[in-house]
Amino acid sequence: MLEITGLNVAYGGIQAVRSITFHVNEGEMVALIGANGAGKTSTLKAIARVLDAAGGDVHFAGQDITRLPAHEVLGRGIALVPEGRGVFPRLTVAENLAMGAFIRKDKAQIAQDLEQVYGHFPRLKERAGQLAGTLSGGEQQMLAIGRALMGRPKLLLLDEPSMGLAPLMVQKIFEVIQTVARQGMTILLVEQNAKLALEVSQRAYVMESGSISHTGDSAQLLTDPRVRAAYLGE
Amino acid sequence: MKHPLLHWLLRLPRHTAFLAVVGSALLLALPFVAILGGQAWVRILDLAILYVFLALGLNIVVGFAGLLDLGYIAFYAVGAYTWALLASPHFGLHLPFWVILPTGALLACLFGVLLGAPTLRLRGDYLAIVTLGFGEIIRIFLNNLNAPVNITNGPQGITLIDPVKFGAFSLSGRTEVFGYTLMGPQKYYFLLLALCVLVVFINYRLQHSRIGRAWQAIREDEIAAKAVGINTRNMKLLAFAMGASFGGIAGGVYAAMQGFVSPESFSLMESIMILAMVVLGGMGHIPGVILGALLLAILPEALRFGVVPIQQALFGKVLADPESLRMLIFGLALVLVMRFKPQGLWPSPERQRELTEGKS
Repeated sequence: MLEITGLNVAYGGIQAVRSITFHVNEGEMVALIGANGAGKTSTLKAIARVLDAAGGDVHFAGQDITRLPAHEVLGRGIALVPEGRGVFPRLTVAENLAMGAFIRKDKAQIAQDLEQVYGHFPRLKERAGQLAGTLSGGEQQMLAIGRALMGRPKLLLLDEPSMGLAPLMVQKIFEVIQTVARQGMTILLVEQNAKLALEVSQRAYVMESGSISHTGDSAQLLTDPRVRAAYLGE
Repeated sequence: MKHPLLHWLLRLPRHTAFLAVVGSALLLALPFVAILGGQAWVRILDLAILYVFLALGLNIVVGFAGLLDLGYIAFYAVGAYTWALLASPHFGLHLPFWVILPTGALLACLFGVLLGAPTLRLRGDYLAIVTLGFGEIIRIFLNNLNAPVNITNGPQGITLIDPVKFGAFSLSGRTEVFGYTLMGPQKYYFLLLALCVLVVFINYRLQHSRIGRAWQAIREDEIAAKAVGINTRNMKLLAFAMGASFGGIAGGVYAAMQGFVSPESFSLMESIMILAMVVLGGMGHIPGVILGALLLAILPEALRFGVVPIQQALFGKVLADPESLRMLIFGLALVLVMRFKPQGLWPSPERQRELTEGKS
């Protein structure tokens, strides 16, 4: 479904992502793990077109989207949940969710999807009228995921959903991510929390200084001594 | 068969409808009351409404889209000079207002896009610096475009500019209506009021439209705005273009009303003044912006009238001239408002809530 070939991302002269190649199949949850600064977020941003790729190409559903304007990416079916959540702080929870459906016109369907998001995150329904900026970190992450789902994507790009959250909240959010995945959503998950990411995903790529160093089934990587030594703290 | 306006009024809660009617009546009666104090007071009223118009135009850029623009006066200048050049003896052109005003708006809009396009990637202070420079460039151009070909007549400005005319009916000079003598400023008052009502209406419609929501999203978080499918480039350009167009219209009316334009009317101080009106009133909140504009436009003028007699009475002579005192008091007022009501004098309910809730 998503094919990345020889992708390069550079900030000025510094190469953050060096010619990486990977793919995500339809219905799969794939994790991209690695240390801070390995180039995971840059990769995700380049796919969502928030950042320009310096080289290589990105194909989605058979189409080249490497040079697509960022605002057309969601229309093609890719939703990004940005790092640090990126909710609209001075809009209410309900307004944030409505904004997620900005490009859609099918009102009845939107209302239905809203109910589904509230079903995933009852907390959001309780706080529908509250300003997003006043939510806790975990609730903001829920909102960011909910907003992305409101765009009815085929592929969900999650950037560090566990960052800065209490363990209990992380657990809650990952339960929903797994539910969404079981319902057929294709997910590309970027995480620093390698153990968690490997536990929920089917396959994973390990990034190291801008390149992919290991790849394989998540279950396998979890037991791989090299991965365990480098990323699971053993 | 009811008139739609009447229908709308009848559907409002009783006290709101009452306020609307009384408010409109007061607004319509105002120039007849003000004239009792002399024509100068009507002129101050005219300028105050013009500033409301300008502040609401800037509010689109700063309040709605969150783009800090310190060169807004440039668009006002473009509008004013468009009118001045197309309706004065300077080039011997005397085009009617329905040609010049749209031309001025369009030209200002074009300049808005010209300023917006190269600054799309800038935000906050960086954008402010570039727009500030842009405003100055326009002013300096106006100041120097008298050689080798005399276009703007340089620092002397352009005089004898045509007033607004509807056929034979001129808005300047006096007109007899049912035995009552209407003065020029009074007639301009009604034109300005009409324009102002229009811009208030457009502001309200924009705020709650799809475009308004897109601007709000861009103001809040640009990356997230892109991620939900908003074309941030076009939306920012649209904000600049719309804000600039209103500036252009205001400039045109200003030139016609004053009959004279010169580059010194379009200084950086004016840009800052309009921005201060928006911020002081309550950024993005339409009633707040109107209040801010009225206060900052009228208070200094009122001071100008009050300062001399008060000093005469207290000290027997004038110690500080009104102009310098005006800026002093003005600055002090701004500092106090920012210290005690940082969200503006009349912020939107949401903004108010954010500042109180956010602390919990």
